[in-house]
Amino acid sequence: MTEFTPFVRKDMLEPRDPPGNQQGPIAWARENLFSGPMNTVLTLLGILAVGWLALHIIPWLMHSVWNANSLSECRAIIAQTWGPDATGACWAMVRERWHQYVFGFYPMDLYWRPTLAFLLMLVAIAPVLYQSLPRKMMWFTALYPFICYWLLWGGTLWAPIVVLAGFGLFALAFRFAAPKLGVPVSAGLGLLAAAVWWLFVQTPLSTALNGIIPLSIRDVDSDQFGGFLLSIVIGITAISASLPMGILLALGRKSDMLLVKSLSVMFIEFIRGVPLITLLFTASLLLQYFLPPGSNFDIILRVIILVTLFAAAYIAEVIRGGLAALPRGQYEAADALGLDYWQAQRLIIMPQALKISIPGIVSSFIGLFKDTTLVAFVGLMDPLKGITAVVRADINWKGIYWEPYIFAGTIFFLICFGMSRYSMWLERKLKTDHR
Amino acid sequence: MAEQAIDLSKMTISDEVAVQISNMNKWYGQFHVLRDVNMTVHKGERIVICGPSGSGKSTLIRCINRLEEHQSGQIVVDGTELTNDLKNIDKVRSEVGMVFQHFNLFPHLTILENCTLAPIWVRKIPKREAEETAMHFLSKVKIPDQAHKYPGQLSGGQQQRVAIARSLCMRPRIMLFDEPTSALDPEMIKEVLDTMISLAEEGMTMLCVTHEMGFAQAVANRVIFMDKGQIVEQNSPREFFNNPQSERTKLFLSQILGH
Repeated sequence: MTEFTPFVRKDMLEPRDPPGNQQGPIAWARENLFSGPMNTVLTLLGILAVGWLALHIIPWLMHSVWNANSLSECRAIIAQTWGPDATGACWAMVRERWHQYVFGFYPMDLYWRPTLAFLLMLVAIAPVLYQSLPRKMMWFTALYPFICYWLLWGGTLWAPIVVLAGFGLFALAFRFAAPKLGVPVSAGLGLLAAAVWWLFVQTPLSTALNGIIPLSIRDVDSDQFGGFLLSIVIGITAISASLPMGILLALGRKSDMLLVKSLSVMFIEFIRGVPLITLLFTASLLLQYFLPPGSNFDIILRVIILVTLFAAAYIAEVIRGGLAALPRGQYEAADALGLDYWQAQRLIIMPQALKISIPGIVSSFIGLFKDTTLVAFVGLMDPLKGITAVVRADINWKGIYWEPYIFAGTIFFLICFGMSRYSMWLERKLKTDHR
Repeated sequence: MAEQAIDLSKMTISDEVAVQISNMNKWYGQFHVLRDVNMTVHKGERIVICGPSGSGKSTLIRCINRLEEHQSGQIVVDGTELTNDLKNIDKVRSEVGMVFQHFNLFPHLTILENCTLAPIWVRKIPKREAEETAMHFLSKVKIPDQAHKYPGQLSGGQQQRVAIARSLCMRPRIMLFDEPTSALDPEMIKEVLDTMISLAEEGMTMLCVTHEMGFAQAVANRVIFMDKGQIVEQNSPREFFNNPQSERTKLFLSQILGH
């Protein structure tokens, strides 16, 4: 039989610091890099691999040439300065052609328009990204798409104003119908009113208004768009349109209403089951058949619509995951307090589900932004393939290989890395569960 | 609990009916959870519902604010019958407060926002006024100093008291408690029960599913024992605990009070 000594503690122990040899960089390295023979070997191999790569890349970057008029001139300068066997990067191409990477074939004397649109875009997305900014800025955000459209494509200012009036019509119909008919029915009614407005009133009215008060700037055709201008236009529009659409699809998929549910499921599964390139070909070739004859639907707009649908299907599934992670008690508490379905979704469910889904949503956004280069397949001038092909078709830059891809890749990386860092910052900021 | 003096002066039961349940039945698929339940709750009653797990006691009170749907019979809450009419359901829900076993506070909102959300959006009360009401009830449950923290920063007992305050901010006529102390550490049960007792002292109509028999003896005017989806026995706490009639009740009481 084991004996034990009865014991009563008289003084409680104070907390103490951990022992010193478990802290500091040396302890860290010993624990993480050299914790055993196997790990030590792997660490040394890793260092060797990195060193070997650096040894090959660094001289190439060090021998960069920024001032030259052609690839052959670049090579001559490198051979002259660092010897005949040296290799070096020829960034002179970027110096001469950067504007095409940025603007495509947009008329040079109008570069101020996309530049201004870009700067205004930063103002417009700021209040969306940073909650601490004044909420009144959201009014500008709401108007921005119309300003941006006018600045980029030009034409009469009346066109975006009349489109905007269509949204006003939607809001008006919704506001009067919502108390009597409920949210989904009145949203449908509003959409119908707006669609009729856009299809039948839009063009004659804006032409007529422009006849009375001409407010036109020079037209720029969609063919002239290219480079990062094109990527950002498609990317940002599709990102901002696909999030609300994805939310609605995720809610639709969880709906009790059979029709809404099965339509959502069919949409999501169909779009996810088809490659994006197929959808892009649909945009460029097939969509025209389904539209009323004579309507000339802009190719960039068509691509944007299909990229948006594509992203929305993925985002819907990501958000569905977030919804599934919420405990049922949250729905019950919202119900028990008397919140109706849309209030509960907006105030309780979505803020939490979206927070859980941030990494997945941002991954989808990053994927979407990089996928904008696929528009090269329908003849648009994306920065990676389209513009690079143009540059390399020039006799001066024929044979240049790494530099254009590294240049375009770097810009893509910066934008995508920015999105990723923002999402991590947002996750930390929204972390309120203190687990 | 017995040593605590309870103010009985406002605990009056009126003739007015708060909840009327008649011949109510509910099934989960083929499983008959609630069988011919009949119950009349008058204004000011404090009812404790107990029974073994799976006896349908939680389901019963969750039917009263339509978190669960009944398939036959009638439930009338404060003069409004619960049917598929969403307007009626929302009306009943805004009159009936509910406290859950797992608190179900909204983790993304502060304590104050948790308490003002429903008054602002459902009752359309101005924000300032809603905040004043919320602070009033948070003081009542003795945690006004935590108002700007998030639920995750509070202990279980504090969270449950916030949940009670959140319900009270809607000025409900009836309060439902679904095992409010079952998820709490023993040291925190008392603070929640004290809050519930002070609520009873103010004359609130309360239906509590709980196994806190001390609370039942001190506060309840009626104890209902359920088993297999039906009401087996109901009586005043004194009679219920000292002189149970049904064999099932005797067995149950010997199980929970036996050790």
